[in-house]
Amino acid sequence: MSTIQDVFVIGTGQTAVGEHWGISLRHLAWKAVKQALESSGLERPDAIFVGNILAPRISQQHNLGTLLADFCGFRGVEAITVEASGASGGAAVRQAMLALRSGEIGTALVVGVEKMTDKVGPEVTAALAAGADSDWELVQGVTAPAMAALIMRRYMHDYGVHRDEFSDFALNAHYNAQANVDAMFRNGLDLKQYVQAGIVASPVNIFDGAPDADGAAALVLSSEPGELRPGLSVRVASSSLVTHTLALHDRRDVLSFEAARLSAERAFQQAGITPDQIDLAELYDRFSIYAVLSLEACGFARRGEGWRLARNSGVGRNGQLPISTFGGLTARGNPGGATGVYQMVEVTRQLAGMAQDNQVAGAKWGLAQCLGSSGATAVTHILDGTNRN
Amino acid sequence: MTDLRRDTRTRVMQPARMVGIVGYGAYLPRFRLPASEISRVWTEGQSSLPVQEKAVAGPDEDVVTMSIEAARNAIMRAGVDPQDIGAVWIGSESHPYAVKPTATIVAEAIGAVPHTQAADWQFACKGGTEAMQAAIAFVGSCMSDYACAIGMDTAQGRPGDALEYTAGSGGAAFLLGPADKSVAVVEGTYSFVTDTPDFWRRSNANYPQHGQRFTGEPAYFRHITSAAERLMDEMGTGPQDSDFAVFHQPNSKIPGRVGRYLGFTSAQLEVGLLAPEIGNVYAGSALVGLTAVLDSCDPGDRGLLVSFGSGAGSDAFQLRISDQPLDFPDVVPSTRDYLERRTTIDYSTYTRYLGKLALE
Amino acid sequence: MEISRHWRLQQQRYGLLGEKCNHCGEKLFPPRDVCPECTQDSQELYRFSGKGEVYSYSKVFDPPAGYEGTAPYTMALVKLEEGPLVTAQLTDVDNDIVEIGMLVEMVTRKLREDGNRGMLVYGYKFRPRLK
Repeated sequence: MSTIQDVFVIGTGQTAVGEHWGISLRHLAWKAVKQALESSGLERPDAIFVGNILAPRISQQHNLGTLLADFCGFRGVEAITVEASGASGGAAVRQAMLALRSGEIGTALVVGVEKMTDKVGPEVTAALAAGADSDWELVQGVTAPAMAALIMRRYMHDYGVHRDEFSDFALNAHYNAQANVDAMFRNGLDLKQYVQAGIVASPVNIFDGAPDADGAAALVLSSEPGELRPGLSVRVASSSLVTHTLALHDRRDVLSFEAARLSAERAFQQAGITPDQIDLAELYDRFSIYAVLSLEACGFARRGEGWRLARNSGVGRNGQLPISTFGGLTARGNPGGATGVYQMVEVTRQLAGMAQDNQVAGAKWGLAQCLGSSGATAVTHILDGTNRN
Repeated sequence: MTDLRRDTRTRVMQPARMVGIVGYGAYLPRFRLPASEISRVWTEGQSSLPVQEKAVAGPDEDVVTMSIEAARNAIMRAGVDPQDIGAVWIGSESHPYAVKPTATIVAEAIGAVPHTQAADWQFACKGGTEAMQAAIAFVGSCMSDYACAIGMDTAQGRPGDALEYTAGSGGAAFLLGPADKSVAVVEGTYSFVTDTPDFWRRSNANYPQHGQRFTGEPAYFRHITSAAERLMDEMGTGPQDSDFAVFHQPNSKIPGRVGRYLGFTSAQLEVGLLAPEIGNVYAGSALVGLTAVLDSCDPGDRGLLVSFGSGAGSDAFQLRISDQPLDFPDVVPSTRDYLERRTTIDYSTYTRYLGKLALE
Repeated sequence: MEISRHWRLQQQRYGLLGEKCNHCGEKLFPPRDVCPECTQDSQELYRFSGKGEVYSYSKVFDPPAGYEGTAPYTMALVKLEEGPLVTAQLTDVDNDIVEIGMLVEMVTRKLREDGNRGMLVYGYKFRPRLK
């Protein structure tokens, strides 16, 4: 392990998540890139890694690596797009990590960008569902919420959990998003609104699911430590991407996110810490049940008990394990392939003490995990804000 | 043109080797639209109701899916290897494609491909019995040991038209095979056909047109009675020799009227009369009635099946049930099972399911 | 239209034609080239009975493009008698009577259609057992 090059986050940037009708994909990406570069002081990265899911289908645009390198003023720089469904943003970070750790490059720009609103309605629903197995799931008419719903229903059945018990996740996320100027939903949420919410795919209601929207986030990674704030640097202590079965029906155990479990396990091993040392986690709460299963997969809760963690503000900013500290996917919003990068930006800002009203006091270790295709792909990063280096 | 009064030749058709029904299967969708709903919408409840309710196909059903299930039922009852089926023939006036056979899809689904004949038949409401006659000839001439004949429809009726009260969905599949393996042997069959324009649908029209009262005497009555009388006459049988008789069923009353005219009693007619509960399922109408008879008949029973197709013609069959008690595995739903599986819908749900709402 | 994509899977879709691994005996649906249990690559065709039970279900109110015509519809994970889980719609069912463990059987229904002019795609769905 000692021969592996350390990697540091030296710059972050993000746009607001929402419906950016007036801004195209490339302009959206540039906004986040500009912010990240300025905050890092870097002028030109050695390589660019773009996380994106839907541009080929929704914006009829392939090869975002080259597009964005060109548009952002980096002709001649190595650049590729990384796609792993909902885990695309994290997977782009992971590719940057591999390149940096190998020593082949010294700096990397990671940009996650998603432009959902170039199409609307059932076509977007179909595009988002395409992370599922096209031949054997999609053809039956599944949607992303339906996949979550199938898992949630079985979870409720096996562990005797009432659907309203999942409300704490949405309530926490919407509470936290109020202070996040880049969040999509900033009005808060109360239990009554949650209970009365319309159903998307029973038992998943509209507040159990994240709003899919436009957004871009960027990270500048470097093998040299850089200070985000005077005396404060954030190190990427571990990075792990794991796959499992693409189709939900191929899993021996539908209620266990195996990819997430293995990914977290490897990440903890690399970082040399245990789950109880984590001060906050940005998990893939695209649906309440995903937050629950992620908590269990990462070792924060025992199997069948993840939902209990959210009780009594257990996942709040002052709770046992703060999650979705800026609103998570649920309330900050889910900009597809940018989501994994948003998570990294958010964890970095927490560890650097830059989270303002969303700050988790004294946060030293943070975990970011994103999932693709109902938990088929998982990317976990653990960030170290202890400034040991 | 033959002068029917002077025609003394043998017209009844019998194959070289005797053929019978080795398996049969019904299919009826679960939805029912009460006739009173149509009356409520179109006549403020003032019209008389030709049936109690009609069977309506669900939004994911069509002649292909309904035929597949009926054929599977027939094959399961017969215990025949689908690879031994030499023809899959489907009579309908609601084939989902104008061009592209329903039969190839059904043959593929039941596992009869690729060494098989497959074709769609169309003769208004008698496409199914036509397919059955052809299957009898096919097996009877030893071109194949088994042939599957299906009559199935998701019948169309113009909204508000008299036909809308009855135009229903359903039908049946029959597996024809050698007489010695049959549950019912076809003793003889006869067809009576003339050019009678009582009902039609032009190529690109959504709904059929009909001659109203002209569909009665010169069309339905003439063809059915001519076919039934000639068949019985040549076979040397009469109504008293029958334990059952099934006629094409455009509504609840007319089959009874034609039956009584021919000398049949209500008891002979009632088992196969399903129109009051399912409406007129066109090419499947008489055939699904026959499945109800086969579900409940006794060994050695004899009876008559007569279809009617507008345009116009009737196919008549004299059937004799095997002397051995019918011994089918109890895994196949009976026609009564399908009749009892019912969910009532209202007119608005019906218009959605049948695609009558313009969405584009 | 994706004619060849749907056409080449007809056998599997119309009648649950799967595979049985010659090495470990695992029954596989959908069919695969490599057995996920023993990672060997020799399989023979195996026709599933179509009987199973509901493992989980969800009523979908927000359908993807191509499925608006039948929405809302009920999706399910069905546990086949032979072992595998299958993702499929339930049909002929009212959502309020669906429950985990409910016995179901395979039927072949219309999965989707591309408007009035497009190809019809047929495949398996499951319904409460009739017998």
